[in-house]
Amino acid sequence: MPEDHHEDIEGLKARARRIRRHIVAATTAAGSGHPSSSLSLVEIVTVLFFGGVLRYDPDDPHDLDRDRFILSKGHAAPGLYAVLAEAGYFPVEQLTDLRKLGSPLEGHPNMCRLPGVEASTGSLGQGPSIAIGHALAIRLDGRDARVYVLVGDGESEEGQVWEAAMYAGNHGLDNLTLIVDRNGYQQTDAVDKIQPLDPLDDKFRAFGFETKVIDGHSLEEVSAALDWARGVTGKPQAIIARTIKGKGVALLEAKQGGWHGKPIPPDEESKALEEIGAAS
Amino acid sequence: MSFGLSHIDLEEGTATRQAFGDALVAAGTDERIVVVDGDVNNSTFTNGFMERYPERFFNAGIAESNMVGIGAGLAAAGKIPVVASFSTFLMSNAFDQIRMSVAFPNLNVKLVGTHAGISIGEDGPSQMAIEDIALACSLPGFTVIVPADAASTTAATRAMLEREGPTFLRCGRPKVPVIYRDGDDFQLGRSNQLREGADVTIIANGIMVAMALDAAAALAKEGVEARVVDMHTVKPIDTSAIESAGNETRGIVVAEEHLAYGGLGATVSMVASEKRPVRMAFVNLGDVYATSGKPDELLVQYGLTPAAIVDAVRRVLKD
Ligand SMILES: Cc1ncc(C[n+]2csc(CCOP(=O)(O)OP(=O)(O)O)c2C)c(N)n1
Ligand SMILES: [Mg+2]
Repeated sequence: MPEDHHEDIEGLKARARRIRRHIVAATTAAGSGHPSSSLSLVEIVTVLFFGGVLRYDPDDPHDLDRDRFILSKGHAAPGLYAVLAEAGYFPVEQLTDLRKLGSPLEGHPNMCRLPGVEASTGSLGQGPSIAIGHALAIRLDGRDARVYVLVGDGESEEGQVWEAAMYAGNHGLDNLTLIVDRNGYQQTDAVDKIQPLDPLDDKFRAFGFETKVIDGHSLEEVSAALDWARGVTGKPQAIIARTIKGKGVALLEAKQGGWHGKPIPPDEESKALEEIGAAS
Repeated sequence: MSFGLSHIDLEEGTATRQAFGDALVAAGTDERIVVVDGDVNNSTFTNGFMERYPERFFNAGIAESNMVGIGAGLAAAGKIPVVASFSTFLMSNAFDQIRMSVAFPNLNVKLVGTHAGISIGEDGPSQMAIEDIALACSLPGFTVIVPADAASTTAATRAMLEREGPTFLRCGRPKVPVIYRDGDDFQLGRSNQLREGADVTIIANGIMVAMALDAAAALAKEGVEARVVDMHTVKPIDTSAIESAGNETRGIVVAEEHLAYGGLGATVSMVASEKRPVRMAFVNLGDVYATSGKPDELLVQYGLTPAAIVDAVRRVLKD
């Protein structure tokens, strides 16, 4: 039976540091990838996997009673792989095989090759619809499993995100929680310069969601928001998590979101790891 | 990377996407030209045009269907829109808009897809367009171009902008070897014979042209003379070059960085079987998705190498 995994605040902080270290080490070793997009979601996945939210069993990844986490912004795969390894789906040592020929840790998540990956993503905009499919199947089977889907703010420009939102709202899918990694930037510019999304919470409310806007780097706020989401009945929930692209690494944070799709150069790696802090 | 044969080095030369971006800036003096890009202008290299002509550049955000529809409207209003993204997000994500808003009304939209094929490398299969030629060729009225190097991409970009009608231009991510010089003859719909040979014909496009030349050089050492044809325009295809290949050589090998179904190989064999049936063999990605890896590793893993072309030639010539 899949179970939740509940660690105390110190445990969660250590997990978050370890996940950040994995993200930096794996992308720098690969020489490519998206560390900044991964670093912004660390507290979110930390609380989901270790804050008593997701019920999962790494030894039985397809159990139909498990809760699902779908990473819609697939380019943040290093963040997903890091938390899956921490959760025990595969050895942590495998993380530095990221993007290498033959490794199941592909540049973007491939559900056929890696346990724990719930959806093959990388073409933005598709995760929420897949999440709805899971939520409907769970409801049809009368199970009490829940589905969480994480989308980027730039990704929210895709029409499909809003087709999905309309459907989830209209069908009262209360076992579905959509989380927006609201780091303010996409590939080529600030989201505000390309397609201002605000008021984003009002948009989701208009589509039939209950919403909350939180600090996505506060473990306490993320935890409280996910607790709240599980208590909502009759409506899907959208959590807008305000985050910082590249959070935890000064070199990336200094670019204020302008660092996209580039690893930290090898000669900056140890400084980055130092800023993140020790693994335990 | 030598692929065991000769000079092919994916880190030398200029990427075709770069040549496209530069040619687009040069063409920008024509004020009818406008560019619509989907939050990837620093990947497609439409950013050169964006900096030079910001008022004629539109960033549609991560919304490819809308981006293509906007291009259709701009074309209907008399502009010459160049609509650019990664080839897979452009062709696959927005295919119905391309079909219904561009192809059916036969509008003058220029679709440019970059990062085509497995040679993008580490980003992996979700970012690799390997179905795009099949999709583009399926559309009535479309011209479909897959240039091999920088100079021919420059010429193709110019030709695409000069001709009226919907067009798909496919560019790659890595740097590719130089084959043409600026000013070499390049006409849409007319293939270029890059090497004469009476035994067999290798028809290729994109990065496979350099591989075909490499394979032909290796075959010459064994006494096999291979004709090499750069079939840069897949549609409308140069039927007379295929007919000549059938008449003048003993068989045809088609090499492309695309899935087996619906690409250059399918198109060439359709023409050959009608005009001049001949033995054929195919070098392509078969019927599978690739994985992540370094570009040259992937090309070897999935059999897109001069050695694979040589093998295919042997299959064709075997009696
Ligand atoms: C359909 C589609 N279009 C374009 C891309 C290219 N792309 C990859 S990441 C990215 C920016 C994503 O921004 P956002 O969703 O805000 O994620 P962040 O990196 O900021 O977390 C883009 C445009 C893609 N992967 N898929
Ligand atoms: Mg973002």
